[in-house]
Amino acid sequence: MAEEVLVFGAWGSPFSRRVEMALKLKGIEYKYIEEDITNKSPSLLKYNPVHKKIPVLVHNGKPVAESLVILEYIDETWKDSPILSKDPSERANARFWAKFIDEKCLPAIFKACWGEEKEHEKALEEATELLQFLENELKEKRYFGGETVGLLDIAANIIGYWLGVFEEASGTELLTREKFPKLCNWANEFVSVSAIKENLPPREKLIAYLRNRFGVGTASKYTRHL
Amino acid sequence: MADEVVLLDFWASMFGMRVRIALAEKGIKYEYKEQDVFNKGPQLLETNPIHKKVPVLIHNGKPVCESLIIVQYIDEVWKDKSPLLPSDPYQRAHAKFWADFVDKKVYEASKRVWTSTKGEEREAAKKDYFETFKILEGELGDKPYFGGETFGFVDLSLIPFYSWFYAIETFGEFNLEAECPKIIAWAKRCLHKEMVAKTLQDEKKVYELVGQLRKLQGLE
Repeated sequence: MAEEVLVFGAWGSPFSRRVEMALKLKGIEYKYIEEDITNKSPSLLKYNPVHKKIPVLVHNGKPVAESLVILEYIDETWKDSPILSKDPSERANARFWAKFIDEKCLPAIFKACWGEEKEHEKALEEATELLQFLENELKEKRYFGGETVGLLDIAANIIGYWLGVFEEASGTELLTREKFPKLCNWANEFVSVSAIKENLPPREKLIAYLRNRFGVGTASKYTRHL
Repeated sequence: MADEVVLLDFWASMFGMRVRIALAEKGIKYEYKEQDVFNKGPQLLETNPIHKKVPVLIHNGKPVCESLIIVQYIDEVWKDKSPLLPSDPYQRAHAKFWADFVDKKVYEASKRVWTSTKGEEREAAKKDYFETFKILEGELGDKPYFGGETFGFVDLSLIPFYSWFYAIETFGEFNLEAECPKIIAWAKRCLHKEMVAKTLQDEKKVYELVGQLRKLQGLE
């Protein structure tokens, strides 16, 4: 029986792009369905009734939701080009940092870019502190996964590409080369990998979308007062 | 070389209880180190510098943090006994999704109830709490456990919250069994398991703790 792999996503979402990156890395064919998140399709609501969000992977009719859960499912189902180590300690480490990115980094980055003006300095400080943990975690490795792109690199796509776009869209400076030389190098390596490069939303389109949706950014407003 | 397993934990932590249940299921000997979460000690801060929270499992000197990550780690290291997760990738993904739901929704919904002030805030928190458990009841369906015929990963991730039900019901002024009878029936079934019954904490002690926490937050 032929495999049917569907991915419900949104062009600008780092979360659905993660799923596509993993599938591309493993050479898995899939059909992509673009969702309008302001007008969700009956299929999406059927496949993810609990959260009603993208991404959803549907494999032979069976849905899997939550990007990090999907990444692990992909790795367990298609065993070529593994994205997780076999070693339990390394696996726990990758999972820990991926969760950290989603639960701590992203909200902090967002606050630094588009949060309330009076909290701007504090938000910048917090985001910087959190990024420092990732900088330290990278150490001398080429990728978080070691010699090849792994689950944590894919989860860190937010840092690798979206962060730079957020910065430009909102006029905030976070990922500077002086403060984060390792992360900056990693980001360059990451976006050069073909399975990743092919799955990045167009920069200008994303900037326009972010500005439209979230405004010009706290830092831009801040500097206007000076 | 014998394994050295240490658990940094707090008696009432539902997250810590998950790990204790997992360790008990696998028959792993470990050293339990009770932490003062109001005055965190150096070992906790050193082994979990990012979140500074319990539980932390230290296996042969290496720390693992975040309860569900710890449980998966335990399942992968001590893989020859009592699997905590199914072996089929789709069922594993399903279990991880629901455990993640418990993490994202149940803790926050619970906290909102016991930190709420009377009136509108409490009513909104209660509504959210019931909705969360109704969704879980939907997922449970007619199965004895979330894991199907046997106690599994999702059951383990949720059952420690049972220790907190009495406190939340009392402060929230409601009866969970009336709203979500299936959940209570499921919990009682889980309590028949020795590992679970031994690990879950006295609900009256938890109630006292919540009272203390409310005072600390200026809610009493």
